[in-house]
Amino acid sequence: MAVIKKKKDKALPAVNTSALPDIVFMLLFFFMVATVMREVDLKVTVNKPQATEIQKLERKSLVTYIYAGAPRQKYQDKFGRSPRVQLNDSFASLEDIQPFVLQEREQKSEEDAAMMTMSIKADKTVKMGLITDIKLQLRKAQALKINYSSNQPKNVQALYDSE
Amino acid sequence: MARNKRAIPEINAGSMADIAFLLLIFYLVTTTMDTDKGINRKLPPYDEELVEDPPPIKERNIFTVLVNSNDQLLVEDEYLTIAELRTKAMEFIDNNGDGSCEYCQGFKVGTSSDNPDKAVVSLQNDRGTSYGMYVKVQNELVAAYEDLRERYAQEKFGRSYRSMNEDEDKEILKEIKLAYPQKISEAEPLNIGG
Repeated sequence: MAVIKKKKDKALPAVNTSALPDIVFMLLFFFMVATVMREVDLKVTVNKPQATEIQKLERKSLVTYIYAGAPRQKYQDKFGRSPRVQLNDSFASLEDIQPFVLQEREQKSEEDAAMMTMSIKADKTVKMGLITDIKLQLRKAQALKINYSSNQPKNVQALYDSE
Repeated sequence: MARNKRAIPEINAGSMADIAFLLLIFYLVTTTMDTDKGINRKLPPYDEELVEDPPPIKERNIFTVLVNSNDQLLVEDEYLTIAELRTKAMEFIDNNGDGSCEYCQGFKVGTSSDNPDKAVVSLQNDRGTSYGMYVKVQNELVAAYEDLRERYAQEKFGRSYRSMNEDEDKEILKEIKLAYPQKISEAEPLNIGG
């Protein structure tokens, strides 16, 4: 034909990557919104028990955590091996629980304070004596909504086999 | 001059993606997405003096679950394993001894509960019981109620109780919970096997 197309050189044109930062930023913002910072660094070992009838704790702002378990290896020289309570970032005694709950409650708005949930994250080997003491302190502090933090087992049958 | 005529060169944005990736990875590492899950319970309010006269409950309406410091179960004076607890509890709640519960399918045994409304599960553990065992027992007792509610929902509404929405099916959920009210009472723990 009359029109003669000039063949360009056959090398593939470079892929346009100018939108790549946009995509990555989008991902970044997603993660910033959807995740939360790690709350505390655990000083006790918490190997959560397993249960099937569990409910999600919806609003993180309403939840206050109490950890219980044996101190980690590096704290064992100082604090021994018997299970201890951890509040925020430090070891605590049972007497500290009440002031802790009151302080947490004060930081929340009035309607949120009524909905406050205490999440007990305890190791499954902890004896019930300690847990009962914690529960008594919570009752005295009028923090009555509690949640026994547990994991959904991958194999439900395994729940019954361990005996 | 020739130099001034040149346009300002474009800023090289090629490394922008690298910077964004770096930030992204930082967030991936320092944050968590796992939602907390667990068994919700409500504690009884603390009272200085003990209630003098607890309301009398007939012996047949109480389902006693004892857990000792070796994590062994004693249910209604009978040694049980954790796998049997759920069925046993369901039989007790669903027994319908006085025949007033129309939706129950129990065996109407004379020594078991009158109706689901009167049935109380009483749990007592030792101070030496492990927390893992305690959660397991709680889980089974809650599961017994949940299974009964599920059955009721399927028969009455033809829908799954567990998939119902808190906001949309408020009335239905209320009715189901009223049909099988969850009554689990916890006694002060013993201190035998300390």
